[in-house]
Amino acid sequence: MIRVRVTTAGPLPGATYDVVVVGAGVVGSAIARELARHRLRTALVDARDDVGDGTSKANTAILHTGFDAVPGSLESRLVREGRHLLAAYAAETGIPVEPLGALLVAWDREQLDALPALAAKAERNGYHEAAIIGPDEVYRREPRLGPGALGALDVPGESVICPWTTTLAYATQAVRGGVELHLNCRVENIADDGEHHELTTGRGPLRTRHLINAAGLHADELDRRLGRDDFTVTPRRGQLIVFDKLARPLVNHILLPVPTALGKGVLVSPTVYGNVMLGPTAEDLDDKRATNSTEEGLRALLSQGERIMPELVAEEITTVYAGLRSATEHEDYRIRAHPAQRSLTVGGIRSTGLTASMAIAAHVMDLLPETGLALGPARELEPIRMPNIGEAFPRPYQRPELIAADPAYGTLVCHCERVSLGEIRDALTATVPACSADGLRRRTRARGGRCQGFYCGPAVDDLLDTAAAERGAPGTVTR
Amino acid sequence: MRPDGPSARPHSPAGHPGITERTVDVLVVGGGPAGLTAARRLAAAGAGRVEVLDREREPGGIPRHCFHGGFGARDPRHLVPGPLHGPEYARRLAADALSAGAALRTSVTATGWAGPRTLEITGPGGIERVTARAVVLATGARERPRAARLIPGTRPAGVLTTGELQQAVHLHGRRIGSRAVVVGADAIAHNAVLTLRAAGVETVALVSSRPPLPVPLSLSLPRPRRPVTVLHRTTVTELVGHGRLTGVRLRHEDGRTAVVACDTVVFTGDWIPDHELARRGGIPLDPGTRGPAVDTAYRTAEPGVFAVGNLLHGVERAGIAAEEGRVAAGQVLRHLAGEPWPGPGLPVRVGAPLLWAAPNRVHPGGPPPLYGRFILRTARPLALPRLTVSQDGRILYRRRPPLPALPGRPVHLGSGWTSAADPAGGALLITV
Ligand SMILES: Cc1cc2nc3c(=O)[nH]c(=O)nc-3n(C[C@H](O)[C@H](O)[C@H](O)COP(=O)(O)OP(=O)(O)OC[C@H]3O[C@@H](n4cnc5c(N)ncnc54)[C@H](O)[C@@H]3O)c2cc1C
Ligand SMILES: Cc1cc2nc3c(=O)[nH]c(=O)nc-3n(C[C@H](O)[C@H](O)[C@H](O)COP(=O)(O)OP(=O)(O)OC[C@H]3O[C@@H](n4cnc5c(N)ncnc54)[C@H](O)[C@@H]3O)c2cc1C
Repeated sequence: MIRVRVTTAGPLPGATYDVVVVGAGVVGSAIARELARHRLRTALVDARDDVGDGTSKANTAILHTGFDAVPGSLESRLVREGRHLLAAYAAETGIPVEPLGALLVAWDREQLDALPALAAKAERNGYHEAAIIGPDEVYRREPRLGPGALGALDVPGESVICPWTTTLAYATQAVRGGVELHLNCRVENIADDGEHHELTTGRGPLRTRHLINAAGLHADELDRRLGRDDFTVTPRRGQLIVFDKLARPLVNHILLPVPTALGKGVLVSPTVYGNVMLGPTAEDLDDKRATNSTEEGLRALLSQGERIMPELVAEEITTVYAGLRSATEHEDYRIRAHPAQRSLTVGGIRSTGLTASMAIAAHVMDLLPETGLALGPARELEPIRMPNIGEAFPRPYQRPELIAADPAYGTLVCHCERVSLGEIRDALTATVPACSADGLRRRTRARGGRCQGFYCGPAVDDLLDTAAAERGAPGTVTR
Repeated sequence: MRPDGPSARPHSPAGHPGITERTVDVLVVGGGPAGLTAARRLAAAGAGRVEVLDREREPGGIPRHCFHGGFGARDPRHLVPGPLHGPEYARRLAADALSAGAALRTSVTATGWAGPRTLEITGPGGIERVTARAVVLATGARERPRAARLIPGTRPAGVLTTGELQQAVHLHGRRIGSRAVVVGADAIAHNAVLTLRAAGVETVALVSSRPPLPVPLSLSLPRPRRPVTVLHRTTVTELVGHGRLTGVRLRHEDGRTAVVACDTVVFTGDWIPDHELARRGGIPLDPGTRGPAVDTAYRTAEPGVFAVGNLLHGVERAGIAAEEGRVAAGQVLRHLAGEPWPGPGLPVRVGAPLLWAAPNRVHPGGPPPLYGRFILRTARPLALPRLTVSQDGRILYRRRPPLPALPGRPVHLGSGWTSAADPAGGALLITV
């Protein structure tokens, strides 16, 4: 029998781990999943109350081809490989993906002139399907585009994916494979006696032989605790506006901006949940908690959106969010083994980490022996199947056979997103259960729709509290 | 309320195993005041099988969680608040519809269309396709939440709308917080203050971008026992706090800003019709109301599909929504009796600062709207407005209403001019 273990409070196990992965974002969770294949005692720890609650929850959710990466960089290779790995994994586990293809729309001469170089760059990145198309073709494919598009680079391989289910699938499979997940567990300090790292955490000490730093925005700080000073993270904020699902028919592709010397522009893209998003901004900050949106940021997005697709901007807004990219002074990922510290750092995973996550994890497994960790033989993990929260596949409320077997799947609680009682119940009792309103929203979409709780908020909160009481945790306050 | 059993001989459409198909005479979507009142009259008039769907566990719509008086007709024109408590009013409406012979099905959601008058519905009993001879949409309106108002800042807990607040306190007995700022200063905002007080939350201030109401009008607002500060000409420009709200940043028209400490903020008013089902059915909306465009008989552009209540206008009092349901039921009966569905009619448009008019389509010589008047909204206060209706530059009507026009409140326009409109002419334009 496998020991399934997720803890959110109380003291940590006293035993010594073989490996501790700090950071349960998409990257740390992917690494933990790889480690689960080996006979190692592994822990995945995160400061937050859920997996994927950092940058991994707040991005533009594109499964990139890597056509515009820096050719020859580690990022270029890992994005290219990661895209195929994740696409296959998504198909196997039921992570929602929609292969929409992207158009990089040129709105002025300078952008139009930049397209051939972008097409050539795509070739150098090993992506051969990119092609330049004229304005007629652009408007044929995207009739609702604002006036003035001069042409586009067509990148048919770009897809949209569910970032929440991705991280959750990795973590679920890791935990089922024997990895222990400790949440609400911020690593505050590290003492190394030459054989063990003694981690000081908000929940007491934790001992491990090897350490993997996948702390995202805080990877530089954690590295310094290990005595290393290889890079500094500068948070680069991206604000995004999510439009109502009724806007979805306006857009067929991922509409990417053409990067030029004058700036990067913003994208308009459908989401797998059936919304349309507009963004992100790119603002260099120094506060790693600054995930707030701003008046100027939103105004800038709307004025750019007005040009790209005026009808979109006239639709209702469902939500607004912001994520922080882990930019560093280096123009590439910083993934390094530190043999002397029996540790490994995964840093600078800026704006492609979701796509590259599985390839990053594979790369980390290749480097780990350098830290003195004997991985031993690998085994296959038990396959998993994740609940579908994407619109391109049947949702439970659309499945008569499911409702006939269990009427809870026909009992809708969140009306805007059509989330059933059955799905909420499943998320609250899953391997990695939802412990907060945000965690529940990322697993089911409950409360994430156009009314933002006007209709269903208190009913959803009651279900969360009941589950918390059953687990013995304190209740949440109404949001 | 127990979902009714399906009607006789249901069957699965070809290629859709497990989905039941049935027919009814009238399908009413939404069991609030508008839908229930329409169903009551239709059932009482012998319209055949009249079925009301509501996605909530209890019928009644918004009044279910309005634990204050002010519902039901006291004055036929609803100038004065009615005598009933919201939940009592909701129960009466449902009981009246039931005893008239309508079928009430709760916990059932209309999720989309499978044909022009065929709705796909999901409930614990499964998935059905119900085809009706007439469909009445009565899906109501909701308040715009924080993000839809584009208020920047963090995404903390403690951010509510009145609808959520009322349900949390009155239906779920939830803990709210301790200090609240309420956005809005209309009746609805004052109701929010009362609900907050019932939950032991102190309201620090009401915040309104508008200037104060003239004194005589402010007397009609529900008045708390202890007065609350109202900050006029002020907007919320940012929410502050990680995890839990710690304050809201306010900005006065004159440019001054300040952060007010609070752990709860309630966004009130700023209504948007719940038009999803209408739009998914391809039913044209009015550009002003964002609800389905309807004529004075509550007919949409889609033959056999009617729309009533706050789906048409965010928002009017419950009694108005209910009366629209009753009047529309008369038109549904004519449709069932074979009256032909008219063409789209003439659109009614408004000029700034007017925001919208409802109904918003006219057939010259057609029936008058409810109480013989159109409902309008204005974006800014107008002391002595002169309302003008014109068509292709020709003036059909010009009059001063007796009262000043105020934002968020109905402005009424008589309907006598509709017969003077040229059926072959252009849009009808209402200006001040
Ligand atoms: C606006 C925006 C758009 C993007 N768009 C895309 C896209 O379209 N496609 C794509 O592939 N990528 C995209 N990305 C990039 C992608 O989101 C990131 O590369 C990826 O999420 C990084 O994952 P991570 O696991 O490294 O970081 P995170 O998700 O931030 O995870 C790090 C975790 O470490 C934890 N942690 C930190 N310090 C400690 C500590 N001391 N103790 C315990 N735990 C700690 C944090 O709580 C956090 O959960 C985008 C990013 C942004 C911001
Ligand atoms: C806080 C507050 C205080 C108020 N106070 C007063 C007052 O004192 N006096 C007064 O007269 N009025 C008051 N009102 C206004 C009054 O509540 C509304 O005018 C009235 O409820 C409108 O009725 P309706 O039937 O149009 O819509 P609603 O009452 O909103 O009913 C719509 C119904 O449709 C259902 N529905 C929606 N979509 C679907 C679907 N797809 N499938 C199935 N069912 C669906 C909903 O569940 C809901 O029950 C108040 C409103 C609020 C929010």
